Amino acid sequence: MSLSKTSSSAAFLKIDHVGKTFTRGAATTEVLRDINLVIAKGEYISIIGHSGCGKSTLLNLIAGLTQVTGGAILLENREVSEPGPDRAVVFQNHSLLPWLTVYDNVRLAVDKVFGGAKTRAERNEWTLHNLDLVQMVHAKDKRPAEISGGMKQRVGIARALAMEPKVLLLDEPFGALDALTRAHLQDSAMQIHARLGNTVIMITHDVDEAVLLSDKIVMMTNGPSATIGEVLDVELPRPRRRLELVNDPTYLHCREAVLKFLYERHRAPALQAAE
Amino acid sequence: MTAYSSPARIVETAAGPLPAAVAAISSAAVHSASPAKAAAPATASSSSMRGESAFVRSLKHWASVAVPPFLVLLAALVVWELASSGPKASLPSPSRIWADAKDLIVDPFFVNGPQDIGLGLRVLTSLQRVAIGFGLSAVAGILLGALIGQSVWAMRGLDPIFQVLRTVPPLAWLPISLAAFRDANPSAIFVIFITAIWPIIINTATGIRNIPQDYRNVAAVLRLNQVEFFWRVMIPSAAPYIFTGLRIGIGLSWLAIVAAEMLTGGVGIGFFIWDAWNSSRLSDIIVALAYIGVVGFLLDRLVAAVGHFVTRGTQAS
Repeated sequence: MSLSKTSSSAAFLKIDHVGKTFTRGAATTEVLRDINLVIAKGEYISIIGHSGCGKSTLLNLIAGLTQVTGGAILLENREVSEPGPDRAVVFQNHSLLPWLTVYDNVRLAVDKVFGGAKTRAERNEWTLHNLDLVQMVHAKDKRPAEISGGMKQRVGIARALAMEPKVLLLDEPFGALDALTRAHLQDSAMQIHARLGNTVIMITHDVDEAVLLSDKIVMMTNGPSATIGEVLDVELPRPRRRLELVNDPTYLHCREAVLKFLYERHRAPALQAAE
Repeated sequence: MTAYSSPARIVETAAGPLPAAVAAISSAAVHSASPAKAAAPATASSSSMRGESAFVRSLKHWASVAVPPFLVLLAALVVWELASSGPKASLPSPSRIWADAKDLIVDPFFVNGPQDIGLGLRVLTSLQRVAIGFGLSAVAGILLGALIGQSVWAMRGLDPIFQVLRTVPPLAWLPISLAAFRDANPSAIFVIFITAIWPIIINTATGIRNIPQDYRNVAAVLRLNQVEFFWRVMIPSAAPYIFTGLRIGIGLSWLAIVAAEMLTGGVGIGFFIWDAWNSSRLSDIIVALAYIGVVGFLLDRLVAAVGHFVTRGTQAS
């Protein structure tokens, strides 16, 4: 099933021999080497790896916030060289502007992206529609300081969705939240993905989260000079329900595969040193 | 030797009456507070207990804010009165000042002729100069601060020069500005401008350098242009720093205007002091000092209040 989808709209987003080297003075550090990945339209991809393996760097490269030093990233056959609303980012720490209300944070993005295309009334409606997607209309006049961490992250997601991005980039979106809130937001993310069918790339270091949400899990080796170690297809039918998956053999197999990759073949350097 | 002995005598005489005076004042305060307490039960029948206790609480709050400085002021006036009551005293006592300069204290806005006007009007003239000079320096300071906060090369080029220029005392600029403008009023305004601008530049630049990378990333993803970034992210994010700079700047402006006006003349409060000194009206000078202090305090509080209002959303994350 996932094979046919991949072949029909192959290379929606293509990461082609991408490398990234940071230079500071005379010292150079190769963070990423020879990353190759082809992502089809509508796929939900997770990138998992130990801390410091360059996951966030890869996401920033796709977002255009930093520039590749080798290879190229192609979105619909056009090279990515700068940030833009077609690759909306949900940042780990939400990054809402604290002096704007929830509504104004989303509205800022809507005005910027659809300023010419939609009328004022349409933009207002679109802003509220996206807040409704994440169930945050009730808090639209609050400032970020007045709402909880999970709510802030919802607003961050609404802001990203409101840009109608071709690719939604999530940088450990649920990492800073408590377990219950995280589960709740994961369910929301699955619902939104099912409804809108957007292409999503999510960074995580939570194995269960990766298996639950993703069509493919991209596992990264340890840095420096990190690269993709393995790509796992998660062949679980959607919609997925976390309770039903607890004893599902495919789920358990995928989970085991990721855990084995992370803790057997590519243990964190700190863990290796400890033994 | 007599010059040294006379202050000693003053302390001696003051040390005795002072505790008595303080005791008298504090007992007066207790008496004045008790009617308020007595009044509270009287109103209890008409208003709810909750509203009334809030009223009493706010009364207590204001009393705790207002009473201590009032007592200290009163004590200082008593000491001053005693210290300068002797026949050889070089400075006028509070009672002398009241007798000499009652018109200045009671009515700030009288007009008896071109140079015989109330201190309130003089202060307004000075404030007008400060408003223009400080307003210009706020605009220019925020723009220059944004430039050196945003651009590494602008900072490398301009910051060392600013660091040197900001140590030049305000009055040192006056001869040059008089030469350049050939008129007293624009020169005074220029001195205000050049005095106030440095803390505004430096604080704005610090604020802008401290804009979190997250906000810059958001702006980059949204593709905000330079103007949008300036108004939507830079100014609100740096606002707490900017207002710190503005607050220091308004304080320095008010320091500089008095000195500048002493030299440039006109109808400002600074020239009034100089004029009073030349005609030996010491009482008038002391009244003017009180005006300057109160106005400076109000200016500081005004900028702080505006800053508090404008930055109410920016501190939290």
